[in-house]
Amino acid sequence: MTHEMKVAAVREATHSVFEMMLGVTLKDCEPTREENAPVHTDGVVALVGLAGEWAGTGAFRCSADMARKVSGLMLMQEFPAVDQDVLDAVGEITNMILGNVKTTFEEMLGPMGLSIPTVIYGRNFITRSVGRCEWSVIPFELDGGSLEIQISLAKSTPKSFGSNHKDRLSAVISMEV
Amino acid sequence: MALDVLIVDDSGAIRKILQRVLIQAEIPLGKVYEAGDGVEALDALKLHPVGLILSDINMPNMDGLQLLSAVKAQAATKHVPMVMITTEGSSTKVMEAVSLGAAGYVRKPFTAEQIKEKLAGLF
Repeated sequence: MTHEMKVAAVREATHSVFEMMLGVTLKDCEPTREENAPVHTDGVVALVGLAGEWAGTGAFRCSADMARKVSGLMLMQEFPAVDQDVLDAVGEITNMILGNVKTTFEEMLGPMGLSIPTVIYGRNFITRSVGRCEWSVIPFELDGGSLEIQISLAKSTPKSFGSNHKDRLSAVISMEV
Repeated sequence: MALDVLIVDDSGAIRKILQRVLIQAEIPLGKVYEAGDGVEALDALKLHPVGLILSDINMPNMDGLQLLSAVKAQAATKHVPMVMITTEGSSTKVMEAVSLGAAGYVRKPFTAEQIKEKLAGLF
């Protein structure tokens, strides 16, 4: 599974979701590869886990303003603030994009499971993926703002995260300091 | 006669969109009920018999395929058409849903026209 294949699958799925469900066309931006998981510091991040012989994580990331905008387009209403409806809409957009990416990957890699999305909103937070893996970061532009899909996928090995590697899904620990 | 519908999806956003599509569709729509997973759907069906169920597959507690099996196993609901509306696009899942008795299968993302066409084929 090459970086280029991941970029192609993500772009196709993301364009399809935005055009069919939100009625807008995104502009592609230059994708990048990162050695470790991209660090998020604010805004909205939605995470889904992919599990199977190949396993990994997919993420949708954007600013709070962009989250309100895409949710408004999807639900045809204004959102003055990031609320539960916005987080729900962003989670569903992520689910649809990564669900379609998963279907494309399954044709090459065999059956995969997809976790239910976890959506995080805040400021000054850090997300970190345990372990070293390559991430494909695929950005898009919408009306001068940006959003991006990040995906990491690697072949599972018996050594990875214990014996239940086939069932490995994303987990988020939250703590207050 | 008005058609009562149950929409089952863990996303409130999708439930809202489907409700809007149903209003736009040219079917005699009655009441629309909502459930966030299969367990809530079965509870709702005990209280509110419906003529159509639209359901996601990937949901917590009880997924859409388990719900489909339960609906088809009960005498009171086995004749109710159930259309799966889901991101699960693999042929295995589609075949499983069809073999369990799904009346239709629509992949997310969808357009309002796709949903209307699917419903037009049922009524």
